[in-house]
Amino acid sequence: MRATVNGEPLELPEGLTVAALLRHLGVRAERVAVERNGEVVKQARHGEQKLAPGDVLEIVTFVGGG
Amino acid sequence: MDELVLGEHRFTSRLVVGTGKYKDFPTMKAALEASGAQMVTVAVRRLDLQARGESSLLHWIPKEMVLLPNTAGCFTADDAVRTCRLARELQLGGENPLVKLEVLSDQKTLLPDVEETIKAAKQLVAEGFRVLPYTSDDPVAARKLEDAGCAAVMPLGAPIGSGLGLRNPYSLQMILDQAKIPVIVDAGVGTASDCALCMELGVAGVLVNTAISGAKDPVAMARAMKLATEAGRLAWLAGRIPRKLYGSASSPLAGVIGGA
Repeated sequence: MRATVNGEPLELPEGLTVAALLRHLGVRAERVAVERNGEVVKQARHGEQKLAPGDVLEIVTFVGGG
Repeated sequence: MDELVLGEHRFTSRLVVGTGKYKDFPTMKAALEASGAQMVTVAVRRLDLQARGESSLLHWIPKEMVLLPNTAGCFTADDAVRTCRLARELQLGGENPLVKLEVLSDQKTLLPDVEETIKAAKQLVAEGFRVLPYTSDDPVAARKLEDAGCAAVMPLGAPIGSGLGLRNPYSLQMILDQAKIPVIVDAGVGTASDCALCMELGVAGVLVNTAISGAKDPVAMARAMKLATEAGRLAWLAGRIPRKLYGSASSPLAGVIGGA
């Protein structure tokens, strides 16, 4: 299944949840926030929210800034 | 107690510092501590999916400091609103989180796009955010942002990272005269005296990043900014003397030896 993650097109296994995607990418979930097709997916829902082909995902974290 | 009140937060320090452009995290942490600041800005960015086990910024920010996520780098109201929602999620959904709203107009000047800023501010206020908008030093823009329900207004002293200091103190005075919410000077501070000057005009606080992180000795500069902010605040509270064109002797004129 094709999806776009942080602007990069990626080939992902079918039926991934957000939590599974983060594991698949080697990301520790407690330090990131996820947006799916323009809407925030709350951390409590990472385990149930399933991805669909063509999804646009943003995975963000805090960095230094002014 | 002389406090800066923003939303549910009360601060005894009136210096807000950034976390950008430090050469390393240990230097940043030492500078944050030396600044005495109780609130720090952070940016929201895409996680680098290639970099594994990178050191997390949050591990280097003292736990007692309040985070002020910014929308730096956003050029539209929509992007800024999305960034604030992600920032709220990154803080695990605090009720009324503080956000520094920044919607820029172009890469060269980094001046605020006030129209988009006001649009985003209205949306964010409606969603329960405590909005601290970076804006131009325009009293009309400041009034509109206050009317939109912002928790403070943050006019620039000069363009971001320019270090030019407070370029238009008269505009700032107009903003201060009308504002019923805290006015925080954000951007343009180059050195400690800039902080003191802003505070002496009666602003509620100053936000400094590059002038500290880019100094030869960021930790020493952080302390200088702390002292200057405190000194400027004290001078404002103390009430300065009026300016006069001609001299006015400090010592008695009568009783000078050799007189008549």
